[in-house]
Amino acid sequence: MVGELVDKDNSKYLIKGKQSNWEVVIGLEVHAQVSSNSKLFSGSATKFGAEPNTQVSLVDSAFPGMLPVINQYCIEQAVKTGLGFNAKINSYSVFDRKNYFYADLPQGYQISQYKNPIVGEGEIILDLPSGTKKIGIERLHLEQDAGKSIHDIDPSNTFVDLNRSGIALMEIVSKPDLRSPDEVNAYIKKLRSIMRYLGTCDGNMQEGSLRADVNVSVRKEGDINLGTRCEIKNVNSIKFMQMAIDYEAKRQVELLENGKSIDQETRLFDTKKNETRSMRSKEDAHDYRYFPDPDLLPLKLSEDFINKIKKNIPELPDEKKKRFIEKFNLTPYEATILVSDIETSKYFEEVVKDSDVKLAANWIIGELFALLNEKNLEITQSPISARNLSKLINLIKDGTISGKIAKTLFELMLDGDKDPEILVEEKGLKQKSDPKELENLIDGVIKDNPDKVAEYKSGKVKLFGFFVGQVMKVSNGTANPQLVNEILKKKL
Amino acid sequence: MSELTNKSLTELVSLIKTKELKSEDITKDFIDNCNKGEKLNAFVTNAFDHALDKAKNFDKNPNLDCLLPGIPLAVKDLFCTEGVRTTAGSKMLENFIPNYESTVTNNLWSEGAFLLGKLNCDEFAMGSSNETSYFGNVINPLKDNVVPGGSSGGSAAAVCANLTPATIGTDTGGSIRQPASFTGTVGLKPTYGLCSRWGIVAFASSLDQAGPMTKNVSDCALMLEAMVGFDPKDSTSINKKKENYSKNLSKDIKGLKIGIPKEYRVDGMPSQIEELWDKGKKILKEEGAEIIDISLPHTEYALPTYYIVAPAEASSNLARYDGVKYGFRSSKGANLIEMYENTRSEGFGDEVKRRILIGTYVLSSGYYDAYYLKAQKVRQLIKRDFDQSFKNVDAILTPSTPSSAFQIGEKKDDPISMYLNDVFTVPVNLAGVPAISIPAGLDKNKLPLGLQLIGKPLAEQTLLNIAYSMEDKINFKLDLNKWWEN
Repeated sequence: MVGELVDKDNSKYLIKGKQSNWEVVIGLEVHAQVSSNSKLFSGSATKFGAEPNTQVSLVDSAFPGMLPVINQYCIEQAVKTGLGFNAKINSYSVFDRKNYFYADLPQGYQISQYKNPIVGEGEIILDLPSGTKKIGIERLHLEQDAGKSIHDIDPSNTFVDLNRSGIALMEIVSKPDLRSPDEVNAYIKKLRSIMRYLGTCDGNMQEGSLRADVNVSVRKEGDINLGTRCEIKNVNSIKFMQMAIDYEAKRQVELLENGKSIDQETRLFDTKKNETRSMRSKEDAHDYRYFPDPDLLPLKLSEDFINKIKKNIPELPDEKKKRFIEKFNLTPYEATILVSDIETSKYFEEVVKDSDVKLAANWIIGELFALLNEKNLEITQSPISARNLSKLINLIKDGTISGKIAKTLFELMLDGDKDPEILVEEKGLKQKSDPKELENLIDGVIKDNPDKVAEYKSGKVKLFGFFVGQVMKVSNGTANPQLVNEILKKKL
Repeated sequence: MSELTNKSLTELVSLIKTKELKSEDITKDFIDNCNKGEKLNAFVTNAFDHALDKAKNFDKNPNLDCLLPGIPLAVKDLFCTEGVRTTAGSKMLENFIPNYESTVTNNLWSEGAFLLGKLNCDEFAMGSSNETSYFGNVINPLKDNVVPGGSSGGSAAAVCANLTPATIGTDTGGSIRQPASFTGTVGLKPTYGLCSRWGIVAFASSLDQAGPMTKNVSDCALMLEAMVGFDPKDSTSINKKKENYSKNLSKDIKGLKIGIPKEYRVDGMPSQIEELWDKGKKILKEEGAEIIDISLPHTEYALPTYYIVAPAEASSNLARYDGVKYGFRSSKGANLIEMYENTRSEGFGDEVKRRILIGTYVLSSGYYDAYYLKAQKVRQLIKRDFDQSFKNVDAILTPSTPSSAFQIGEKKDDPISMYLNDVFTVPVNLAGVPAISIPAGLDKNKLPLGLQLIGKPLAEQTLLNIAYSMEDKINFKLDLNKWWEN
C-alpha cells in the first residue's frame, strides 16, 4: 500500500511505494510577528485581542497622501533575529511593494522585501533523537501584515479588521533541508526558542504570532534532484503542519507512482477533512509586480549599529546547553530539555542558585513538568516558585525529608506556593533519624506482631518488608528508611 | 475695489504689516474676484466662509510676526485639507473630506495664511492641460478656449486672474512650470525632498514635489520659504536648516555660469521660443553671468523614461482607491472583484486608466527588466548628465515648454502629442533637481512663453536670484482684459 511508513525509528522518514521508497523534502516559510509595541511603518499599537479597528492609523488604512516611516525598533529586532541564526546581516536592503488587491489590504500592496532582504543566509541546529542536524536559513526579510477579513459575522457582508494591518512580520525562509514531520516540529520549536530567547517574537501560535507556509516535494530515495513542490499556505499549528505534510507527501507519491506528474501549485490544508486541496495553479499565480517602494529609501545599516545589537545578544539555547552540560554536569538530554524554552531555563537557573543541580533537573523535568502538563500551565504560571522548589530540594539533600515525603510535600506546596520548610515543621514531616526514637518505634511494631515475628524467624524472610512498612506507617512515613532497615535487621 | 487683487503677495503682506490693510478687506476682494471668475472653473471647492472667519479673527488680534500674515490662499486640490473636501480632480474622491492637513498647507497656515479654496487640476495630477479633471477643464484667463496647462491648471489660472494672491501646486513632470509658462506666471519646482509629501495625494512618489506658483519671483521666494521644512513623517524629506529665500533675494548674479544645453533645441519649436531663449542669454550676459554651451546627452530619453517610471508608481499608488475604505464605490457588482472593477471603471477617467494600464504593464513579470528596470538605469544616466554639467555651471537655462498654450480639445485625443509638451520639464523631475519657470514674452498669438532655470540640488536661492534679476530686465506684464467677467 502506498503511504506506509518505513524505517520510522531509524530517524529516516520514508514513504514506501510500490516501486521504491520515497523521501520527503520540506522547506518552510515562517511568518513570525516581531515583538514590538508599534507597527512596522506607523505608530499604531499592536496589542493582541483589541476591539476591531481600534489600533489603526491613517497610514495603516492607506488614506490619500499617507506615507510609511520605518520603525527602527523593528529593524533592530530583525537584525537581532538574524544574528541569532548566525546569519549574514545585509548592510543594504530594500523595501519593495508587492501589489495585489484584497479587501483587507488597504494600500493595494504589501510593503515587503524582495531582492534585497535585511538578513541573508544562516543556519540553526536541531537536536534530534538521532543527533544534531543543521538546517540552512535562506533569508529573513521584513514585511507588513495584512488586516483580517471576517466572513462569518454576516451572511452577505464581509467585515474587515485592520488592527493587524501593518504589523511587522519577519518571513524566515528555510532551505529545503527538512526531511520529516518530526524535523519540522523540531525546526519550528528551535526557531521559536531562539526568538523567545532574543525577545524578538513571542512565538504564540494561537494568537497567530507564528504561522508558516510549507513547501513539500517528494523524490525516490537516493535521488539528488528535487521534485516539483507544492506550497501549503498559512498553516498555524505544528500539528497541522505535520498532518498536512503527511497527507501531501502521500498524495504526491500516489500521483507519481501512477505515472502522473505534480503540478507546482499553492494548496490549502483543510483541518477538518485532514487533506490539502488546490488553491491556485502556477498559471494562476499572482503577478505581484514587485518594485522598490519609492516612499522609502533603501535601508543602510552601519557596522556600528549591527555591532551594538551584537553586543546585546543574550546567551542562546545552544550555548546555554553547552554550559549546562559543562558546568552542571547535566546529560545532553537533560540540558536540551531545560534550555528548550527560555522561561524553563530561567526557572532552572533560579532553582540551582542554591540547591543541588542533579536533583533540580530531575524534579523540574519529572514532577514539575508532569504537574504543568496535567494542569496545562506554562512554567511562568507554575504553582510552585523556583525559590520554594529550591528549598524542597535542599530538604531532600540534607536528609531532613525522604524522597517519598518530598513528593507528599510537593503536593502540599501546590496550594498557594507554600514554603516547604514551614510545612515540614507544621505537619511534622521531618525524617526521624534518631536511632533511639526509631528503636522505640520498632520495638512497638515487634511487640504488636508476635505471630509475624515467629513466622519470620521460622524462615519466611519475605516478611521483612512487612515490618518496614509497619514502621513507616506508625511514623507517618517520616522514619529514615535506611536506619529502619539496619535496626530491624538487628532486632529480628 | 478689486485693485487690491492686482497687488503682489509681497505687497499685500507689507500692507498688512504696516496695518494699512486689513485681512478682511483683502479676503473680501479675492472672494469677490473668485465669484466673478467662476467661468474659468479654477475652483473645485470654495472655502470663502472659512476664509472670512479666519480673516476677521486675524484682524481682531493680528500676529504680524510671520511670513504670510492674514493672507487668504487657494491651493491645488491635491493637498489634503482638514475638514475641506479634497478631490484630486477625480470622481473617486468627489466626496472625500480628510480629517488631516497636509504638511505643506499646514506650514502655510502656521505662517499666518488661511485657506480660500481648492483649485482644479488634472485628475490625480495626470495631464498637461487640465482637461482630465472630473470637474471640467479650466480656461486660460489670457484667452478663451485655451488651456491653462496642467496639471496645476486651476492654480495657474487663479494666480493669473487674481483669484488668489499666490498658490501652491505639485510638479511630477512639469505640472507647476508648464502651466506657469502658459499663464505668464512664476512657478518653482523645488529639489526633491525639500517640501514634505505628507498629505499630498500621491501620483508618482519618486517625482512628486510641491512648489509655489506666484505673480513674481519675490512672491515665489516668500511662498517657498513658508512651505518648506523637514518632516519626519516623510522618509524622503531632506533634513536641512530652513533658508531665508526672500530676505536673501538678490539681483547680483555676476560671475555665475549659466549652461545652455544643445539638446533642448527641438524640431518644430516656434521661432519665438528660440528668440526668447536668445533674449534670456543676452540678459544674463548683461547681468554679468557667463554663458556656457553644455550637453545633456540623455535628454532625448527623458520623456520615455518618465512615461514608464511615473505610470509604474502611479499604478501602485492608485491601488488604494478600491471602494473599500473611503471615496467612490460603485453600487454594481455581485462580489469583491466585480465591486473593484466597477468602482475603478466608473471612478477613474480615461487618462488615469491609461496610465494605470501602462504602469501595470511595465511592472509585469516578463516586461519589468525591459521597461521599468531599464528606465531606472536611464534615469540614473539623466541624473548623471546634470551632475556632470553642474561641475561647470551654476544653473541651466532652457525654454519651459516647446509651445505656448494650445486650444482646449486640440490634443485631447492625442496623448503622445500631449506628453511631448513635458519634454523640457520631465528631465528635472527625473534628476530631482530644482527648476523655476518665469514668463519671458509672448508668441505670435499673444500667449506667454516661459524660460526655465534649472539648478543644483538645494540651490533654490541661486535659481531665485537669477530669476529675480532676469525678471527685472524682461519686464513682462500680463494683459488681463478680464473677458470672463462679461
